[in-house]
Order: sequence, then C-alpha cells, then structure tokens
Amino acid sequence: MDALQNFLKEHAVDNLISWRQQQDAAERFQLTVAEVEEVILQAGLLPARYQRNQQMISTPQQLQLFRSTLAVVGCGGLGGYILEELARLGVGRIVAIDPDVFEEHNLNRQLLSTIELLGTSKADAAARRIAEINPAVRVSPITAAFDREHGADLLSGVELVLDAVDNIPTRFDLAEVCSRLKIPLVHGAIAGWYGQVVSVYPGEETLRKLYGNWNGGKGIEARLGNPSFTPAVAASLQVAEACKLLLGQGRPLRKAMLSINLLDMQFDEVPL
Amino acid sequence: MKVTVKLFASFQPGRFNLETRDYPEHTRIGSIIRELNIPEEEVGILLLNAVHAKPEQTLSDGDILAIFPLVGGG
Repeated sequence: MDALQNFLKEHAVDNLISWRQQQDAAERFQLTVAEVEEVILQAGLLPARYQRNQQMISTPQQLQLFRSTLAVVGCGGLGGYILEELARLGVGRIVAIDPDVFEEHNLNRQLLSTIELLGTSKADAAARRIAEINPAVRVSPITAAFDREHGADLLSGVELVLDAVDNIPTRFDLAEVCSRLKIPLVHGAIAGWYGQVVSVYPGEETLRKLYGNWNGGKGIEARLGNPSFTPAVAASLQVAEACKLLLGQGRPLRKAMLSINLLDMQFDEVPL
Repeated sequence: MKVTVKLFASFQPGRFNLETRDYPEHTRIGSIIRELNIPEEEVGILLLNAVHAKPEQTLSDGDILAIFPLVGGG
C-alpha cells in the first residue's frame, strides 16, 4: 500500500486525484477502483469528483461515508432519486432491493426508468446506473420483495436503511426488522402533492404511530397518484437525513414527522 | 363548545385549512371526521392538543384537533 500511496501523492494536484488517475492506480496495482478510493481517502487525499462536497464534508467524513453500507428498500419513485444521490454523495456500499420490473406508468417519475428498460428489473437498473455515475460504489441489487421472513438476511451488514417502499404492510415489516437489528430507518412516503419524512431509531415505534389508524387499505396515493417532483423532494430530504445520521451532524427529524404539502408550500413538523 | 380543527394535505382542498367550529358537548373525533366527509380509511394521524388520539375519543371546549391523511406511496 505504501507504493500505492506514493503513486497517489505524486499524482495528486491540490490533494485531488482525478478519475483517470484512480483508474490507472487500480490497473497498476491490480486493485478495484473502490479499493483505490479507500486508500486515497485514508491518505488524506480526495477523489476529484467529491471536491464540491468538501465545504460541508471533510475528507475523514468522506471516508466515513465510503465505509458505510446502506440499504434502499424500493427502487421506484423515491428509491430512484435516493440511489442517485447516495452514489453521488460517495456512500461506499448500497444494497438496492425491489421485486418489480419497470412499467410504462413508472416513466412519469421514476428516475431509473427508461423506455429501453421497460420490463426489466428495477434493482438491476439501480446497479447499472450507479456503475455509470460512480464505479467506486459497490451495489448489491436484490430483485426480491422485502418481508419479515427474509428481511434480516437482506439487511445483513447494513447500518442504515432508507424506506422507499410503495405500500404500508411492507413498511411495517421493514420497521420491525430494522428495530430488531437495531438499524436506524429513514422513512419517506408520498401521494400527489404531499409527502412525509421521519427518521426512526431502533426501539421507537414511530411507524405504529404514523399508521396507527391504518386498517388494511392503501393511502391517499391510490386516489392521487404521484407526479415527477414529489418523490424528488421527499427522497432528497431522506438522503439529507441519512447523511446527517451517518456523520452524526445536525438535528435529525426524530419523533417528529415533516409533513410536506407542495400545493401550498406548507411544511409542518408534527410530533410523533 | 368550540373546537379548532386543522386539516392537512389532501384534506384541505374543498374544505379548509383551519377553522374554529361549534360542536355539541362530548362530540367524538370520529363524528367530526364523518361531518367533514373525510373517508375514514384515509385518516392517518389524529392529534388532539398535539397528542395522538383515536376516533372514539370525545372532545372538550377549546380543544385543537389536527387530522392528517394516510400517505403510503413510494
């Protein structure tokens, strides 16, 4: 590793390593670009792609993000944006879980959906997209439904989960498995002009309160559908929460849900 | 008695955002939900004076009731 570190230090410009140099180093030292990225960050250098992160995320914090493993459950409306933002942020490992394939009615909002990908796996699309953006991020695509029975296996090694699921029963399963495994969960849900985001720490029964009056049906999304912009808003708020939780910064939305109303641009923090 | 009702998200259009309304003594939360033609299965969180509440709870003069819809899409 000393030889690699020396190579990197020789090629760094203002402590930045370009993508080309990262690739060259991987070839020369027979490592993956992910392995090289870790050495870059350990050496106090920064892959050049992250230079605009630098004013808010220090190099040690960038290393912390790189060493993190997150799961995104649901790769549709919310999940597509969440995956994109996590990969660009520099989270090192992502488990992308979704049982579905793309359908035409996804094209109005789901970032990962394209005409060409209709009929193909959403989780696989996540892996391909991230490989195009940031090949140093290791993605494990899982084309399967999340449930209580297999949930713990799917989340093995995961330290934070983003709830981007499209139905309430699966959200309950996810919250229960996360609580059991002591994994924090960042919940997001949308319907029409409206959405909600809240962070759930293990042991907090936040989703039981959020959906306390649920009696087996769907939410208002069944009547309102979802446009292009609401998932982007809620997903971005979820990723901001995830970033804060991983780095231990700021004030998380804990035991308080942010209720989003884009029709009136009304944002309310609701105690839970 | 007077109860202040705050509606959120999809419950606002065609109704109101916030109103202080007159109700008979001991009115239940569920009666207000029905009176406002809010489908019961769409009700998510109910907050009575900022504390979680159930539809069968009765209201008192001066109470503030907040009604949020169930949002579950992704």
